[in-house]
Amino acid sequence: MRAIAGHTLRESLRRRVFVVVGVLSAVFLALYAWGASEAFDSVPDLGGRELLEARTFAGAVLLGLSMFATLFLGAVLAIFLTAGAVRGDAERSLLQPLVVRPPGRTQLLLARFAAAGGVAGAYALGMYALSVAITAAAGGWLPDHVVLPGLGLALGVVVIAALSLLGSVFLSVTANGIAAFMLLGAGLTAGLLGEIGEAVGSESLQTAARTAAWAVPFEALYQASLHALTSESSGLTGVVLRLGPFGGAQGAGPQLWLWTIVYVGLVLWMACAAFARRDL
Amino acid sequence: MPDPGRAGAADAALDVRGLSKSYGTRPALAEVDLRVEAGELVGLLGPNGAGKSTLTKVACGLVAPTSGGAQVCGWPAGAAPARRSLGYLAETFRFPGWATGNELLEFHQALAQSPGGDLERSEALEAVGLADAANVRVEAMSKGMQQRLGIAQALLGSPRLLLLDEPTSALDPAGRRVVRDLLERQRSRGVSVLLNSHLLSEVELVCDRVVILSGGRVVTQGRPSDLTRPRGVEVQTANGVRRFDAASREDAPRLVAELVSAGEAIYGVQVLTSTLEEVYLDAVEGAGP
Repeated sequence: MRAIAGHTLRESLRRRVFVVVGVLSAVFLALYAWGASEAFDSVPDLGGRELLEARTFAGAVLLGLSMFATLFLGAVLAIFLTAGAVRGDAERSLLQPLVVRPPGRTQLLLARFAAAGGVAGAYALGMYALSVAITAAAGGWLPDHVVLPGLGLALGVVVIAALSLLGSVFLSVTANGIAAFMLLGAGLTAGLLGEIGEAVGSESLQTAARTAAWAVPFEALYQASLHALTSESSGLTGVVLRLGPFGGAQGAGPQLWLWTIVYVGLVLWMACAAFARRDL
Repeated sequence: MPDPGRAGAADAALDVRGLSKSYGTRPALAEVDLRVEAGELVGLLGPNGAGKSTLTKVACGLVAPTSGGAQVCGWPAGAAPARRSLGYLAETFRFPGWATGNELLEFHQALAQSPGGDLERSEALEAVGLADAANVRVEAMSKGMQQRLGIAQALLGSPRLLLLDEPTSALDPAGRRVVRDLLERQRSRGVSVLLNSHLLSEVELVCDRVVILSGGRVVTQGRPSDLTRPRGVEVQTANGVRRFDAASREDAPRLVAELVSAGEAIYGVQVLTSTLEEVYLDAVEGAGP
């Protein structure tokens, strides 16, 4: 299993996937640092201090935006590392020589997941940590919970890797990539609709959002991560920040984390079961 | 009733029984029985679409049978011990272009759980004539070199059964000779080989037995010498070549004696038999579409 995961990572390294991701991430972080610095310099103009905790507002919005970008980039990485894992590699005749070796299909699939999920999760965690550090350096602001949002983002990206891997058993690379990105978009849209539903008092929208959160828990994890940034904030600041960027903040209990772990296990089990029956 | 969970020295390297496979409504194999004994080199022949690759894939566990089954060294095809016992080269395969020959073999060694290390890799590369290409990237190799590398990876882990699907299709005559020698060496070590090939002359040269598939069924099988039939006797005389179509090997001394007594000078005698190609064409055409 270690050999297969190592082979997957070495392939990404040799194909310069990590170089491209690293350069683009560095550009993003540089722009983020510049934007954060400018935003915090303008904080006194954002609103009256008596109504809104301006630095908290600026820091949470900036970090929330960075988390959205991190979720998206992490999802891109996870999807690119897994989209062609089964059918794509089989169609290119890369998979067959590996499947006939003793480790077999289940180990092969789990190793691919470990490599992709590990890299994408670590990437999300690293990007979040750097964003927090930049935000703290630029404005002297730290989120109420520093570690939890990062773990939520990382786990969300791991969920996307698992879903993309499941899709790779049935779909060609292009179709699976499109499906995975549409799922990502649908999940984020469902979260946003849930916030709108809460704002306008629509029970059906909230039910749809809750259902989507169970069906694709990366969205619920993202919302919970946003919520954890300012979960201790109260008053107008707390109310305003609940309507975060690209889907609102929504707290979640430990059952979300538990469900996510069970969910990933179920998705991988389905992927392994389907792969075991597939003629190559 | 043999215990399918236990493998022993007496087990055939490959034992296929009543194997059928359909892709949807299209049958690819129908009730195929085939046995490859330890140290035996069997050629699998047949026209395109006859089911040769499907049979090999079932033996590897890449394709699930519709009915019947196969055992590799006493283990059900596809089970981990069966996969550990075989080396496989697919008809169409690709290795990652970024890896060097040595890196690719190292990866397959790890997958095969082979403790062979550097020595096994260098021996495998040398066996296929790629000793100087260990550090060449796959993407820089010619198609023939990649095919040789594919054969080298199949040798890793000391398999008891080699399943080679068109292993020489991209090779030049010298490369085919290298592979022929390699297969003979493997046979002398007790390794069994199932060789899928369209190159009948090659199969005739190297295989102990041939099995001809057509339309998913075994239409004939046996030793090449047993499958061929007499086609007469040719005698070179001072007056030209005399051909006796109805004569057999046993008739040759009598024919020579008669010609000599008739005053003919004899320069050579050749007993004619049909070629494997003729046997193949008869079998395939006789089997119908």
